[in-house]
Amino acid sequence: MTAEVRAIKTPAELALAEAYTAAKPKLPGDGKVIALREAAFRRFDAQGLPNRRVEEWKYTDLRALMREAKPIAGLPDAAAKARAKSAGSLIGDIDVRRIVFVDGAFVPELSDLKNLSPGLTIGSMAQALASGDPLVAAHLGKVAAADDSAVALNTALMRDGAVIRVAAGSTVELPIHLVFVAAAEQSASMFTRSLVVIEKGARAMLVESHEGATAAEHQVNTALELVVGDDAYVDHIKITSGKSPVVHVSSLMVTIGARARFNDFSYTTGNAVVRNQLFLQFDGAGALAGIRGASLLNGRQHADVTLVADHKAGGCQSREVFKAVLDGQSRSVFQGKIIVRPKAQKTDARMLSNALLLSDEAETDTKPELEIFADDVQCGHGATSGALDDGLKFYLMARGIPESEAESLLVQAFVGEAVEGIEHAGLRDALMVNVAEWLKARAG
Amino acid sequence: MPAVQETIERVRRIDVDQYKYGFVTDIESDKAPKGLSEDTVRFISAKKNEPEWMLAWRLDAYRRWLTMTEPSWARVEYPKINYQDYYYFSAPKKKLASLDEVDPELLKTYAKLGIPLREQEALAGVVREDGTRSRVAVDAVFDSVSVATTFQAELKKAGVIFMPISEALREHPDLVKKYLGTVVPVSDNFFATLNSAVFSDGSFVYVPPGVRCPMELSTYFRINEKDTGQFERTLIIADKGSYVSYLEGCTAPMRDENQLHAAVVELIAHDDAEIKYSTVQNWYPGDAEGKGGIYNFVTKRGDCRGQRSKISWTQVETGSAITWKYPSCILRGDNSRGEFYSIAISNGRQQVDSGTKMLHLGKNTTSRIISKGIAAGKSNNTYRGLVTAHRRATGARNFTNCDSLLIGEKCGAHTVPYIEAKNSSAVFEHEATTSKISEEMLFYCRQRGLSAEEAVALVVNGFVKDVLQQLPMEFAVEAQKLISISLEGSVG
Repeated sequence: MTAEVRAIKTPAELALAEAYTAAKPKLPGDGKVIALREAAFRRFDAQGLPNRRVEEWKYTDLRALMREAKPIAGLPDAAAKARAKSAGSLIGDIDVRRIVFVDGAFVPELSDLKNLSPGLTIGSMAQALASGDPLVAAHLGKVAAADDSAVALNTALMRDGAVIRVAAGSTVELPIHLVFVAAAEQSASMFTRSLVVIEKGARAMLVESHEGATAAEHQVNTALELVVGDDAYVDHIKITSGKSPVVHVSSLMVTIGARARFNDFSYTTGNAVVRNQLFLQFDGAGALAGIRGASLLNGRQHADVTLVADHKAGGCQSREVFKAVLDGQSRSVFQGKIIVRPKAQKTDARMLSNALLLSDEAETDTKPELEIFADDVQCGHGATSGALDDGLKFYLMARGIPESEAESLLVQAFVGEAVEGIEHAGLRDALMVNVAEWLKARAG
Repeated sequence: MPAVQETIERVRRIDVDQYKYGFVTDIESDKAPKGLSEDTVRFISAKKNEPEWMLAWRLDAYRRWLTMTEPSWARVEYPKINYQDYYYFSAPKKKLASLDEVDPELLKTYAKLGIPLREQEALAGVVREDGTRSRVAVDAVFDSVSVATTFQAELKKAGVIFMPISEALREHPDLVKKYLGTVVPVSDNFFATLNSAVFSDGSFVYVPPGVRCPMELSTYFRINEKDTGQFERTLIIADKGSYVSYLEGCTAPMRDENQLHAAVVELIAHDDAEIKYSTVQNWYPGDAEGKGGIYNFVTKRGDCRGQRSKISWTQVETGSAITWKYPSCILRGDNSRGEFYSIAISNGRQQVDSGTKMLHLGKNTTSRIISKGIAAGKSNNTYRGLVTAHRRATGARNFTNCDSLLIGEKCGAHTVPYIEAKNSSAVFEHEATTSKISEEMLFYCRQRGLSAEEAVALVVNGFVKDVLQQLPMEFAVEAQKLISISLEGSVG
């Protein structure tokens, strides 16, 4: 429903158009990349910033939330890099390979590229675009292509990001931690784009951390295209945290091969506005996917998870579990759509979303959709919203647990249901520690 | 799979053959000139001898309608409607003084439909446990006008007003003026605004305080004329502490052109009042290839205005080429309650986009939604619903359950629920499932001697039982029959 003709552009849209024209000559890539950018920008220009008239953005009106477009970030200076050093610490002391991006640019000196295990290659998107890397040429913009103007804007203005390939049959033991930090002093906009290809039968775990390191009102538009090959086994965890008033729009596009296993988790506690959109495509039969997430929000935070699970092949199983805890005047949005195409018989998809409102001024909007075209399937969704169960609280308090502690325990149990889907024990623990800290800060 | 091919052929066959209400009644009628203009609106208003304020109201609606665009968000597809291609008013020519003067053709039509226009007759032969036949007061609407309303005298004794809205406009103008358009405002949506401009008839019900309406009230709608649109308007007011149960049924002849039906129904329940509104919708669905059929674009909304009031919608949807219909409840009064029970069965190339809205505004309001969608053939069946609790609607509670069943692999079933909670004490629960009829269940039935078709019917009846139970007995019988017709031969 984006067909509506729009003549008037907002100041932010005009500024983005200007920024694109100015940045064009400096952005990496030639020939085909330029054509890709041009086409994407035309799509964005036609649709404008996502707004409430676009069904998929009904509850997150970027036109209203982004009154102005910030200038595109320059390359990070030494001070910015210094500020970025401690970013990504939420994952605790688990062993990872850190790859750091500051203000949308790859920073080799903060990244660990030594002793890559066999079959693993890691590079920067800017270099890959500039050199016409064949892997990027083969996949960029083609993984679970989404007709979304935020993705189009990302394609038009993408500057840097990670390009990772895990060769067929290889196992990468050490989780790869992509750390994205918005560290500029002045408010800026950043466009990062990554491509990860996990080939047939390979195994890898990817952790993404996004945070702001200053009080600037940055605008982040990040996208990740992920190819999960046949029989591959992939974990992907995305963490958006920090107190910076960032507007963060993230798009994950995944294609899942036959018999592959894919586990995804989005954890959101930070930023002013977060939109996590996930486009999953089941392209091979018999795949198994667990898509989960948790958001802990307070103040005037706004977090939106929009998920489209498109079952194109038969016999796949997917489980979606999303939890939101809301305090203050925060607002959480969950839109989940399960599509089962005519050929995707024997699909088994279940989606659950729960919102817990700790404050009378919080708001939650949920839209779980099913779109089913095959008759031999099992699909379901459940959605609930409400306050903490007084009965449960009473049970704990009757046993001598103070009220605030009882509340914390119940919230931890609530969030825990989703978090326990993460396979990495260290990361699971780190997230639960963060939940406990969030609750402690809340109790004051 | 040969079985699948067989199914498709069977499904194709039933849609053309099984619609038994597809006959045309040859009756002389009085029509407004084709097309829509201010003159059409004036013509209808004049035909009805309406007061001046009503004409002004209609013209205002018409002018607003001109500035509106047809909604496109529903999951339905149809060629662009040329609104100038319809007759907006068509009435049987003869004026009547009593039921005895009713054109025999008309009586025959209603007899064929199984609707008794003569008092004391029963619908569908339902006999109560004590041996008496149930009585239902019927208002029969043929094309644009109401032709007969039964049991008027008895209802009058109880103080219940049940008459065509055109008559109510003349006899009870104050009541109509007070309530008309207060639930569905003139410019509510494209189709409701069109209705406001050109509605020709419909039913008006007023139940005075403390009165329990002594019998079921029923309206039967039939579109007969070619290229006509039917725009009826129903207004039901249940005053303090009253109760009324209202039934609605509809059929139309089989025609190759699409006919338009854009009705508006407004319900108002005051303190402690209860309205139960049941619909069996069986408009002509078009043929197997999707040719013809009724476009059913209906706005139905109930306003629980008073405290502890209750409105309950029950619908069985089997007809229409396209259904666009969301019977809703505005839960304004504290402790008020809204219910929505729906079975939507689609076959052939039917497209259904239906559901409900529960708007919780008052404190401790509760609502329940039970929706069962069954898609067969090449049809698409969508549930679309909204549940919302506003800031001050503390203690709001909703339970929603929408299940879909698919029969065959060329159809689609979709669920699009919107759930918006704006305060923490609102408790919303929503669940939806889609599945296929379980082989095990069918096997169990067949092992006990049922044919495959009977087994499917049994399972489906079990699936929709929650909703059927809500229907008044007179309609439950009819609904059950409809379900077996719609699904006959759907076994694959």
